[in-house]
Amino acid sequence: MSTFWSIWISVIVLGTIFGCWWLLWATRKGQTSDAETERTTGHSFDGIEEYDNPLPKWWFYLFLGTVIFSLGYLALYPGLGNFQGLLGWTQHNQWDTEMQVADARYGELYAQFGQVPVKELATDDEALQMGQRLFANNCAVCHGSAARGAIGFPNLTDDAWLYGGEPEDILETLHNGRQANMPAKGTMPNMTSTQVDQVVNYVLSFSGRARDEEAAEAGKVVYAQGCVACHGPDAKGNQAIGAPNLTDDAWLYGSTYEWIEETVLYGRENMMPAQSGRLSEDQIHILAAYVYSLSN
Amino acid sequence: MAMSTANPDVTYNYKVVRQFAITTVIWGIVGMSLGVLIAAQLVWPAVNLDYAFTSFGRLRPLHTNAVIFGFGGSALFATSYYVVQRTCQARLFSDGLAAFTFWGWQLVMVAAAITLPQGLTSTKEYAELEWPIDLLILAVWVTYAVVFFGTITKRKTPHIYVANWFYGAFILTVAVLHIGNNLAIPVSAFKSYSMYSGVTDAMMQWWYGHNAVGFFLTAGFLGMMYYFVPKQAGRPVYSYRLSIVHFWALIATYVWAGGHHLHYSALPDWAQTAGMVMSLILLAPSWGGMINGMMTLSGAWHKLRTDPILRFLVVSLSFYGMSTFEGPMMAIKTVNALSHNTDWTIGHVHSGALGWVAMITIGAIYHLVPKLWGVQAMYSTAMINVHFWLATVGTVLYIVAMWVNGIMQGLMWRAVNSDGTLTYSFVEAVEASGPGYFVRFLGGVIFLSGMLIMAYNVRMTIRQKDAVALNNVAAQAA
Repeated sequence: MSTFWSIWISVIVLGTIFGCWWLLWATRKGQTSDAETERTTGHSFDGIEEYDNPLPKWWFYLFLGTVIFSLGYLALYPGLGNFQGLLGWTQHNQWDTEMQVADARYGELYAQFGQVPVKELATDDEALQMGQRLFANNCAVCHGSAARGAIGFPNLTDDAWLYGGEPEDILETLHNGRQANMPAKGTMPNMTSTQVDQVVNYVLSFSGRARDEEAAEAGKVVYAQGCVACHGPDAKGNQAIGAPNLTDDAWLYGSTYEWIEETVLYGRENMMPAQSGRLSEDQIHILAAYVYSLSN
Repeated sequence: MAMSTANPDVTYNYKVVRQFAITTVIWGIVGMSLGVLIAAQLVWPAVNLDYAFTSFGRLRPLHTNAVIFGFGGSALFATSYYVVQRTCQARLFSDGLAAFTFWGWQLVMVAAAITLPQGLTSTKEYAELEWPIDLLILAVWVTYAVVFFGTITKRKTPHIYVANWFYGAFILTVAVLHIGNNLAIPVSAFKSYSMYSGVTDAMMQWWYGHNAVGFFLTAGFLGMMYYFVPKQAGRPVYSYRLSIVHFWALIATYVWAGGHHLHYSALPDWAQTAGMVMSLILLAPSWGGMINGMMTLSGAWHKLRTDPILRFLVVSLSFYGMSTFEGPMMAIKTVNALSHNTDWTIGHVHSGALGWVAMITIGAIYHLVPKLWGVQAMYSTAMINVHFWLATVGTVLYIVAMWVNGIMQGLMWRAVNSDGTLTYSFVEAVEASGPGYFVRFLGGVIFLSGMLIMAYNVRMTIRQKDAVALNNVAAQAA
């Protein structure tokens, strides 16, 4: 902040505190007696009078104590504008210090598993236990504590993989995250509502769901124009771009006519946040093993 | 007594006081019933009833608005109008403007009850009402200031009584807070965006939010305390000197304290520190009010045995002392790191709201009602006594449940395993809070039942055959 604001802040902070001190001092100085008295101020308001009693001593020292403590605190910690305080404390370096302490304390525990291949690690009970805790802390909020996912969040316990279920795929997902986008009406922006209905019925046919056969048949043409580029001619999707397999029983956004219609009409956008930087390499490695173990 | 041919210069306006006294009880029951309902929702989620307008998120702001502004606001209007007239020996500055504040304020509360369940909200805590209602509040508030300070200028007493210092500070500061925090750009009749963004918006919000507590719920009610405690006890105020120091120190430091709501956030370190040290300094000025009230009873302690109204007033001061000790402690960063976002905060607020604000209000209303209807006493003193115990037990159950829940949640959130991962997932802490939520619900039900007894007692008092609704009462020399 600029020097002006720094001075402004310091002046009003200290002014308020010293103002309290002065107020306390001045009022006490004018006391007519140190002990409780029966003398009143002489005013009477609707019959209410006021004694001219002194400030209670313990209260006076309590007040003074908080004032002195505050001045000491302001000398040690940042509070007076740009003055950083004698301790050099900031909330950011408190965080950094705590993280360093944690790394020193727990780093080795994770490091012992960092070099073990994921598939091997997926059979190590101790590693899996740590993986489960890491999952509960970092992944469960979206994927659920049982990793079964929810609408928009993939189920990690089945065999359906948007980006591949091999260790290197999972590691890549964890490290760098994933971002996917299905455009509204696929690659056929002028798709009519009849064509939407047809292609939805066609999609339903891949997994043998109840549908309007006639519409499904007509949907083939729409699919070839609007969907095939990503989901492929066999509708098995494309893991390179995260296009889902439409022939299996795994549905990221629901499998009913209404859900699929909404997906076609409005498209979908989704992302998995990157964990690099949030978690250590070793922790990500252990998490990958845990996720791998869920379906293997 | 009622005088139909009263000379307005020598009478007090009791009509507006009566009206606000009645709405105090009504909004109290409405607001606390909503509180009990949303407390039940936290125990049995099905009580959300699956409608958007009965869900917790919609009703919680209605609960807070109804109790703070409906119940607390009505109580402050009623008592400030009563106290300012009697301690200045002057009739209200303007009967018409006073009537406008009554009907305007009721309109604000009805508008709140209509808009908040529909999700029309500015999303600022305790300032949720959208901009058209904010403007109405402003109009009422400015009128309130004119009536109050106009009456002060008409006073026949040489000095201004301490209760009026507090009422005056409360009226002025709430005007500044209300305008400052609610500055917004309207985009439609019921939607506006705050003038501030990011951390500035957060700081403005908690500058307002904490002083909704500091001025609305503290300074205003200290004004109430300074009249009704010495009046009910029949004793002089303990120390005029103490009044001076704690008044100026209280209003000077309270406005700084909001920063403690934003510890360990994007708020710059210096503002967090300023919020914390001023909160600590607040301890003594707050206790100054408690001491002055409590010590006023020296020589009259025996009255507590027979007078449940005085008991309400004194116990409210105990809760005030307790929560104003707790507050500065919770403002310390290290303590706040444990307590922030837990139920401890809710417990702290309610030890102030139920223990202090509601109890002193209840005591003041029991003192007022017989005087406003020209009878000797409330219909039933036994019922006041029952109400006292229900209110005390309800408050204690509530705050103990929230202490236990809050400290448990704080400890569960920070517990780590041997590998540094968190021991508990969030939902486990929610699950563990269940019993505490039930006890809180129970405390709320007990407190609310006391309010229902109060409503009955008030109704029976004003329906007694010698009760007369007084509009104008002769002023008497002090």
